[in-house]
Amino acid sequence: MSFLESIKDYLRPFTESVLAILIGAFIGALIMHLSGYSATNAYVSLIKGAFFGLSNFAETLSKSTPLMLTALTFAVGARTGLFNIGAEGTVYFGAIAAVALTQFLPNPLVGILAAMTLGAAWALPAALLKVYRGVHEVISTIMLNWIAFWIVNWLSLSILYNPKDPNSTLPVPPSARLPLIVPNTSLSLGFVLAVLTSVAIFILMWYTRTGFELRASGYNSLAAKYGGINPKRSAIWSFVLGGITAGLAGAVLVMGRPPGYAITQGMANIYGYGFDGIGVALVGRNHPLGIIFAAILFGALNAGTTAMQQTGVPLEMVKIVEGIIIVAVAVPGLLNLVEKPFRALGGEQK
Amino acid sequence: MNSLMVISLLLGAFSAMVPIVLTSVGAVVSERAGVVNIGYEGILMLSAFFGAIFAEIFSSGWMGLLGGAITGLFLGAIHGFITVYLKGDHVIPGIGINLIGYGGVAFGIMAYWGTAGQHQVPEYAQIQPLWMDTFGDSLSPLVPITIAIAVVVWWFLFKTPLGLRIRSVGENPEAADALGINVERYRFGAVLFASALSGIAGAYLSVDWLGTVTKQIAAGRGFIALANMVFSGWNPLMAVIGGFIFGFFDNLSFYIQTNPWLAGKVPWQFVATLPYLVTLIVVAGIIGKARPPKWDGRPYKRE
Repeated sequence: MSFLESIKDYLRPFTESVLAILIGAFIGALIMHLSGYSATNAYVSLIKGAFFGLSNFAETLSKSTPLMLTALTFAVGARTGLFNIGAEGTVYFGAIAAVALTQFLPNPLVGILAAMTLGAAWALPAALLKVYRGVHEVISTIMLNWIAFWIVNWLSLSILYNPKDPNSTLPVPPSARLPLIVPNTSLSLGFVLAVLTSVAIFILMWYTRTGFELRASGYNSLAAKYGGINPKRSAIWSFVLGGITAGLAGAVLVMGRPPGYAITQGMANIYGYGFDGIGVALVGRNHPLGIIFAAILFGALNAGTTAMQQTGVPLEMVKIVEGIIIVAVAVPGLLNLVEKPFRALGGEQK
Repeated sequence: MNSLMVISLLLGAFSAMVPIVLTSVGAVVSERAGVVNIGYEGILMLSAFFGAIFAEIFSSGWMGLLGGAITGLFLGAIHGFITVYLKGDHVIPGIGINLIGYGGVAFGIMAYWGTAGQHQVPEYAQIQPLWMDTFGDSLSPLVPITIAIAVVVWWFLFKTPLGLRIRSVGENPEAADALGINVERYRFGAVLFASALSGIAGAYLSVDWLGTVTKQIAAGRGFIALANMVFSGWNPLMAVIGGFIFGFFDNLSFYIQTNPWLAGKVPWQFVATLPYLVTLIVVAGIIGKARPPKWDGRPYKRE
């Protein structure tokens, strides 16, 4: 394959993702307009709030950190032929593990390892149900997300509650927090960890034997089996890897985001990252390197909401735009659909 | 525990059963025709919202149900168009629709009613119960209607030629196509039917059972309905029984949370996990017997 061809291979999915984003932004603008808000004002403040100024841009990268990691969970699953949407619940367990263990051993490494271990463990029920009972992972991971929510809710309220602050759990001790990269912003070392994890997953999936086995199982499990690959083993590995990155996402949320360094009431500050990660993975085309950029885009959408809200638009508008982007990504051959009328306009014969 | 409480728990279970069963029965039809959709959560959310708006405009809870059905049809058409006609993936659009649902309802409550997070549906826009006891436990007309719908759909699916055709496009679309059945049209129709039922279920949440529109009004019921569909073995009659069991646990956790003499003794969060835990156990245990339609979730492209 020539260099140009390989560029072309990347260009097409990239263009399709950009197109999906534009469609999301356009329909979002339409909805805002119809609801009586100024879409232009909303988008301008959103972009300003996400990219203009050091602390705003730092917030964008900070918000992208957990999304990158949960997107990896979905992407590793998708590349293995699994619809693993269990990152959400795993994030809760990662966060609570980091909060709990750092109370005893106040060291960042302890928090991270605890989160990744519990994350991997929480991925096992879905993996085993899939492999041994044939339970579809979409069903099992959805149920496990809810179970995780209520268990971690109970742990936060009844075991790890903060006697000095009824609105949060005990905070991660200062010596166990991830250092900030840019002082006086919300950008911590967690971002670097997430980027490194993406690169590590990329190398693992494309340049190691295990990664090849995982992708082969996802591409064609029968052929993989015929080639001597055990698809059950691949499925379990895929879930465990995904659990590790989602667990890490939970850890960076409580260890790397000032000022609270704790789980807040109703788990508000750790909720939703797993679901949003699915969108990030889809826009990043389930490729670890694509995910880095998609995560920064979604991070910007989330970071810019505060500024957008000041124009009167409810912050949930961003979720609608994200949803529309995902629906657009789901349209196969999106580019062809758009290209055709243009070709007809140009009078090109084909 | 006295008999009054038993009645109260049972009535609660019947109320909780309605949205799950309606959505499950729809999902059974859709999957029997070969189309998977995990966007029911989003459909429930948005139709609860638009259903309430309809009900308030027309001062009728029943019009609210119609509004919900229309909302469901619209969302189903998007899903059907992508999966059936464009041969796209069956799971991804649902993830998007769920996100639009979560965002759309929270946005919509603010944009339409100007309140944050919650809107109380006025009495005149709600469906009046068939019967009510002195404690306010009531029986909605939607309970018998839901059971009737399930029975009719079962009869239709398994006892009529049209039902056979629907099942054939989900089981073996190539053979169906060879016999002159328009696979795409049947699949699209099944998706629309499922989404409309789910839309009615969503409107029931806001204009009947809960009487309010909240940011999290669906509370995972769209997903429980999917689990119940698997539990039922893709059979509408079994979906009623499963729906009652799920509804019972859904209601029980709420009952324990709010009952002063039980609260504190049992961590209510544990009870809240019960419906999901039961779902998992049931699905894990029954799956050996339950078999999805052969072409479930696979796009059909004519050679």
